Amino acid sequence: MANVYETVIGLEVHVELSTKTKIFCGCSTAFGGKPNTRVCPVCSGMPGTLPVFNEAVLDHAISLGLATHSEIAKEVLFDRKNYFYPDNPQNYQISQLYHPICQNGYVEIRTGEETQAPLVKRIRIHDIHMEEDAGKLFHDEDGRTSLVDFNRSGVPLLEIVSEPDLAGAEEVKAYLEELRTIIRYLGISDCKLQEGSMRADVNLSIRPLGQKELGTRTEMKNLNSFRAITHAIEAESVRQKEILEGGGEVIMETRRWDEEKGTSFSMRSKEDTRDYRYFPEPDLPPVTVSKERIERLERSLPEMRPEKIERFVKEYGLPVKDVLNLTKEREFAQLFEDAAGLCKNPKKVSNWLLTDTLRLMRERGVDADKLRFSPAHLADLVNLTTAGRINSTVASAVFEKLFEEDIDPVAYVRSMGLEIVTDDKKLRESVLKILSENKEAVADYQAGKQKAIGFLVGQTMKAEGGKADPNLVRKLLVECLEELA
Amino acid sequence: MAKALLSLSAAQLSERIRNKEIRITDVLDAVFETIQKREQELGAFITVDEKGAREQGDALQRRLDVGEDPGPLCGVPMAIKDNICVKGLPTTCGSRMLKEFVPTYDAEVIKRLREAGAIFIGKTNMDEFGMGSYGETSFFGACKNPLDLTKVAGGSSAGSAAAVAAGEAFLALGSDTGGSVRTPAAFCGIVGFKPSYGAVSRRGLVAYASSMDQIGPMAKNVEDAALLLQVIAGEDPMDATSRGLKESVWPIQNRCDLSGIRIGIPSGWLQDQLSGGMRQNLEQAAAALRDLGAAVETFDLGYEDLAVAAYYTIADAQCSSNLARFDGMKYGYRTQDPAASSDLHRMLKQSRSEGFGREVKRRIMLGGFVLSEGYYEAYYLRALKVCRLIREAFTRAFEHYDLLLGPVSGDVAPPLGASFLDNLKMYESDCYTVPANLAGLCALSLPFGANENGLPYGIQLLGDTGCEKGLLEVAALLEAAALPDGYQQAAYGEKGGDLNGECL
Repeated sequence: MANVYETVIGLEVHVELSTKTKIFCGCSTAFGGKPNTRVCPVCSGMPGTLPVFNEAVLDHAISLGLATHSEIAKEVLFDRKNYFYPDNPQNYQISQLYHPICQNGYVEIRTGEETQAPLVKRIRIHDIHMEEDAGKLFHDEDGRTSLVDFNRSGVPLLEIVSEPDLAGAEEVKAYLEELRTIIRYLGISDCKLQEGSMRADVNLSIRPLGQKELGTRTEMKNLNSFRAITHAIEAESVRQKEILEGGGEVIMETRRWDEEKGTSFSMRSKEDTRDYRYFPEPDLPPVTVSKERIERLERSLPEMRPEKIERFVKEYGLPVKDVLNLTKEREFAQLFEDAAGLCKNPKKVSNWLLTDTLRLMRERGVDADKLRFSPAHLADLVNLTTAGRINSTVASAVFEKLFEEDIDPVAYVRSMGLEIVTDDKKLRESVLKILSENKEAVADYQAGKQKAIGFLVGQTMKAEGGKADPNLVRKLLVECLEELA
Repeated sequence: MAKALLSLSAAQLSERIRNKEIRITDVLDAVFETIQKREQELGAFITVDEKGAREQGDALQRRLDVGEDPGPLCGVPMAIKDNICVKGLPTTCGSRMLKEFVPTYDAEVIKRLREAGAIFIGKTNMDEFGMGSYGETSFFGACKNPLDLTKVAGGSSAGSAAAVAAGEAFLALGSDTGGSVRTPAAFCGIVGFKPSYGAVSRRGLVAYASSMDQIGPMAKNVEDAALLLQVIAGEDPMDATSRGLKESVWPIQNRCDLSGIRIGIPSGWLQDQLSGGMRQNLEQAAAALRDLGAAVETFDLGYEDLAVAAYYTIADAQCSSNLARFDGMKYGYRTQDPAASSDLHRMLKQSRSEGFGREVKRRIMLGGFVLSEGYYEAYYLRALKVCRLIREAFTRAFEHYDLLLGPVSGDVAPPLGASFLDNLKMYESDCYTVPANLAGLCALSLPFGANENGLPYGIQLLGDTGCEKGLLEVAALLEAAALPDGYQQAAYGEKGGDLNGECL
């Protein structure tokens, strides 16, 4: 009889921090740029250069530690990790092994949000440590030449190492999304998997259900999207299961995922595991982490998502499902709060954000932090609709302009003459004109075909350029038809 | 005239240049004439930059002529150890690996020296990457002792010591990780000073062992060493381990005597390794200090026997990492073997195997070993613990003594080639110098007496971290007491000319 297995996953997540300058020199951290233009003697490993620690990195690391309920170390101590690779100009990486800046934290993930019984699970964080990124290699098609770009060399990274608390692709996705939300709320990284500012290595093992001891794990690298992560986890679980069922043994190794082929291959096995010969970095004296620094950072922590969710539900009386979507990004939640505060109509603001805004963001590929319209203008638009001054079709069109150009909706509606036509007398003339032009429909109506009224409403609206209040049009039409009868 | 010029100290020289009693071009003539005469047999320099030096000299002279004061080292010809980056000049570290390497930036000390008006005449020969006690492991050949060409100059700052001793330069920079300034200074009969760890910025010094490396002055006398230290020392925001000097060291405060000063001699340094001559001179130095009013006694420091083992464990470990960047990839030597061009690891291995010399490779391998999994705790961590114990022993000692006194080396300069026969013996000979590096102390090597062949003995004065000022004051007094023996002036050029007698 076949065993039932469970998958056990721990993640190593690397996040590139959005500090202005690199971790050990004054070069810019901006993404891209012409190769080797954001380099100096320090980050290109020239002889005689020394690292100087950028303490903005420390602030970011502590903020993340606080947001993940971690213990913060009393001293910053770095270690050297020694290995030879051409993307690493010193052939060692300055990292933290022995005394990571944050330890023993956790994040809470929610799974099954769409179901009746969503689950909250605590994922423990073993440690968060600071280190420097390496450069990038470009391999020529001919396979003979490789070029290296050191622009990324020395960009600050936080590595977030989880305990093996994750049970499958869904939880991994939820964990990564939660981490990303926390980090983006803190504003310390943009966390883009595609650009590599967030990277995840998956440590995965399987074991028969009920067994306590962990199985032998593999480490999966090169996962550049949520889709790749999901595929890789599924494929690796199956691969390990097939090995065990076939009486084999899983080898502890590092594997590389090939998303195109949908399969992974071995990079290096335990036998040739590198000995990184870690030792304390002698060029960087310890930096004391003062109580004052931690308190200052604690005070400046923004309201994090779980608290925000709770407050939005209570304060604005919105459904949890809507609030979850409103709070995914801090900027988005802020936009909601600002606009709702101005127009005192949270439900309407929420609707605009969760329908038209999300749709347009998706269509145009705009991120929440790149939204251009002001909350005041959104509030104005809501006020225009609730006052009945524009109808919903016009409102949608105005919103699209707002989304694109942040127009002032009141001025725009006025200048374009988009307000609902509420002048009864003028509208009555228009209705009479439509009736005289559509004798057939009038006859149909009078013969009892109620459907004809819809056609007449449409014709009138068309004649009015869509600005009339359709309910008023219908009312006038019925009145006039009865007068004609 | 040239001889008279060369017998001036750096402080005297710069004063006369600034007073326009001497023109810089005459100084450079004298220096390059000496280099012309002696360099062939000495091998003190790897690069001599006469053109650059002349340009610097002309620029300084023009500034002087329009009434500017270019600084306290105005017009002083200096030799720079070849592991200190000078923009535009090759910085080889005495290695085939960096034979063609030209740095794109000035070391912090070079910046400070430029601002003080010093002239860089060239880069000096050294043990490869600073690894050697006798100045014999350079890819460019051994540097010889100007006092006796059959003897070593001492290492690793061999060329810097030889250049000053031979009158090829008025001042030099060396670097001292385990005695590399003090040992060659002692063997060549000049003053060498290792500042407290952090007094001088290491930015631009090609690292050997980061936690012990310090750039230090090499000079004809204590006053010049103090002047040079004053110029190069200082906190540098680009070196996180730099602290600068606690107190200004120049001009040296003249003391009349040493009454109230307590000086200790670690008894562990008076054991079997010490030659009779060295012991005798050390005793004479102690007597001279007593004559000046100091209380001198021997005491038990502790851990003297562990210093060399701890030092080589730590230094080798750090060098294995610091030298990893030399891989033939970005700069430096790359193997010419076509078979290596298509295989990354073969290219790396072969470039490093061919680019580094024996001693460097030995230390990289030892260092890799003591850091590797399963050995790190037993070797590296234990060595760090010993280092801490030694530091604590010194802290206790400095509660009782203002300064410590000891030898620099067990004897005078040994014959060329002897170190290659017994590697361990060379390591062991560092036992008097490495403790200062392990503990971050300041220490000065002062010529004191000579053997029957005129080879100088070096004695060492050690001060607690940050106590440069007091150390230099005592050293200046002891130096004056040592002078009647007269070997010193012989060390840097024969006497003669109209300025005779005015120096020192």
